[in-house]
Amino acid sequence: MGKGILSGLRIVECADLITGPFCTKLMADLGAEVIKIEEPTVGDKARRMPPFLEDVSHPDRSGLFLYLNTNKLGITLNLENVTAKVIFQQLVEQADILVENTSPHRMEGLGLGYDVLKTVNPRLIMTSITSFGQTGPYKNHKPCDLVSFHMGGMASVTPDWVADPDREPPLKGGGRQADFTTGLTAALITMAAMHGQYSTGLGQHIDVSEQEVVASALARVFVLQSSGAMGRKRGDGPNMERPLPCKDGYIEFHCVESHHWKALMKVMDHPEWGDSELFQDYYARCRNWKTLEPLLAQWTRKRTRDEIYHAMQAERVAFSPVNTTKDLLESAQLLVRGFFVAISHPEAGELDYPGTPYRFSGAPSSPDVPSPLLGQHNEKILCSRLAYTRQEVEEMKRDGII
Amino acid sequence: MESSEGTIQPPLANIRIADFTWWQSGPQATQYLAVLGAEVIKVESRQRLDPLRRLAGGTPFLALNRGKKSCTLNLTRPEAVKIVRELIKISDAVVENFAGGVMGRLGLDYQKITEIKPDIVMLSISGLGKTGPEKDYIAYAQTMHAYSGLSSLTGYPGGPPVSLGAFWGDQVAALAGAFSLLAALYHRKKTGQGQYIDLSMSETLSSMIPEGIMDYTMNRRVRLPMGNRDDTIAPHGCYRCRGKDEWVAIAVSTEEEWNDFRRVMGNPEWSRNDRFSTNHKRIRNQDELDRLIEGWTISLDAFEVMEALQRAGIAAGPSQRPEQLITDPQLRERGFFVEMDDPGEGEQRFARMPWLAGASPNMIHSPPPNPGEHNSYVFGKLLGMHEDEIRRLTKDKVIY
Repeated sequence: MGKGILSGLRIVECADLITGPFCTKLMADLGAEVIKIEEPTVGDKARRMPPFLEDVSHPDRSGLFLYLNTNKLGITLNLENVTAKVIFQQLVEQADILVENTSPHRMEGLGLGYDVLKTVNPRLIMTSITSFGQTGPYKNHKPCDLVSFHMGGMASVTPDWVADPDREPPLKGGGRQADFTTGLTAALITMAAMHGQYSTGLGQHIDVSEQEVVASALARVFVLQSSGAMGRKRGDGPNMERPLPCKDGYIEFHCVESHHWKALMKVMDHPEWGDSELFQDYYARCRNWKTLEPLLAQWTRKRTRDEIYHAMQAERVAFSPVNTTKDLLESAQLLVRGFFVAISHPEAGELDYPGTPYRFSGAPSSPDVPSPLLGQHNEKILCSRLAYTRQEVEEMKRDGII
Repeated sequence: MESSEGTIQPPLANIRIADFTWWQSGPQATQYLAVLGAEVIKVESRQRLDPLRRLAGGTPFLALNRGKKSCTLNLTRPEAVKIVRELIKISDAVVENFAGGVMGRLGLDYQKITEIKPDIVMLSISGLGKTGPEKDYIAYAQTMHAYSGLSSLTGYPGGPPVSLGAFWGDQVAALAGAFSLLAALYHRKKTGQGQYIDLSMSETLSSMIPEGIMDYTMNRRVRLPMGNRDDTIAPHGCYRCRGKDEWVAIAVSTEEEWNDFRRVMGNPEWSRNDRFSTNHKRIRNQDELDRLIEGWTISLDAFEVMEALQRAGIAAGPSQRPEQLITDPQLRERGFFVEMDDPGEGEQRFARMPWLAGASPNMIHSPPPNPGEHNSYVFGKLLGMHEDEIRRLTKDKVIY
């Protein structure tokens, strides 16, 4: 910490699970100071979510929590308590950014809404992240990655087409795509607001809705449809190729232009059916995918993903192995780029973590400090930063304030 | 941020971006910046226009290039490269998403650019990054979903891997690109130091599936597609409702919620069965559980199910198609869609950016530029080139 391009930036995080913590992690991994506030005893809910190291449920063994909270300082505060509220305001006073993902208006209910906090610190950027936003008829609906992904419209285009729309439901993306993308979007708009703060000295309140983040991925579709194109139905297909089975998994590809197809036929040593009218262009190949798929699969099944991948890339055609998580850890490309970072944690030991997706030429941009234990930095923050005495901190501990 | 006249200065005012991007990931990244007030100058050539200008009647281009400026330069001509270097000199950042070493061949790689503009911030967005044995490989969103591991976790239980729709990977790479660029530009404001940023789309996607990756690094377990399910709670799925292709997503996360869920369903006999009495058992007997729940939802309207369950504090909502979002009451009340009249295109509907913020704009009203629409502004006003020279270079197809 402290060497990255965002060193000097001070962030307070009052958030749990994924959206808020991922937003601040992105900045922490670039050197910002993030003070994460957790509820005493209980902590961030992500501490109780799998995967757990050796499948042993433990607040410092959740892979999700460990990943999301690298490079952060952790304190505990019971925000219902008056003293805790004072401490919270003192932290906010010194901060550039507050990121929170509590339910709408909970912060106001605690007397810690933006209207109060901006009088404490007019430079403050407060980023509030919720499933549906701070306003509107659904604002109090229960949040959930599954529901956001579906209500935002992405599930209806995943997969692109299905053979039997009555039996194959719209599909959620793997993992928690809606939550993570929302955290990333929040980081982008928060960073933009920092530019505003730099020139005007003033902060602002930002309201990020997960449903809107998901719906934004369909920006192209909305314009297309408003220009009169009919919405495609999930059963209208096939409209696209599908990954093909290989000796050791699946291969994905983008074979649209005629030169892509010619290259594929060349690598396949020009099978007779390659010149058939059925496959003369992309649209024909999609229409006749049921005929084409077994012909291609017969060939791909006899080969490994890598054989096909490198042969097709040599022809400048976008093929890619469908990597499993195991393949990622063994990928030469990711290894050379140093994507995975070994981090040592007092409870979880040394593990490989996914790093950040960018490299900066002039500064480190990877996590290197493990996630905090619950309340690990209580004394450090309260005594060194806020000048409380050790005795006061002990009393707060006893009273359940921290 | 309101001045005395009440006009708001957007947060990225006074930032100028020389934009060499095409297709989606790059243009979408600079679209965020343009909306937030940056001056984005798209550098293209009639020889090789952004292919998105032609795709699907140009509608994707309309969505991703609003409020940018366009100048046209034929970069195969040395004179054009000279002009572009002048443009870079007066820019704060350069963004590009060409495959392989295109920028290098033009003499516009980071090293060369720092010779003329030492404090430039340059962002390269690529599929697999600009280092490593596969750095020059060709990538599209769909193949990067596969490369990143995301497709291996997406799909129906027991089925093949599935690629997410709607060029999802382009979207997240654009977000990560814009974020990293803004972080670097902020650092530059404070220190005067520039930066090269090498952003990989596949790594962006991989950094957003840590549950799967950490399960492997911690337990050597390879996760497979789970459909709409979750590894910790059940029921967690998408169920058919009344009407053609109508579905509702439901997630029940605690025992208390399960009891409320049963009550909303009218306490059917099957729900009292011991096979569903704990979360653990519900996960084990999920196939049967999902079938029985669908027996309840199938005769109901998806919105009715949402209302009834949300009233009981259970996460639920209809699975909506893009055209259904237009009438979604939540999005409507928050003004998510903006109708605009685009010259030549007629009435169009756009989605604003997914944020509401007092002092940060979320929509841009001016349409995308025509190729070269801002040639006289860029070459004449910004670079101070004489009118005659611009005319000569246009005639010689350097400006082209």
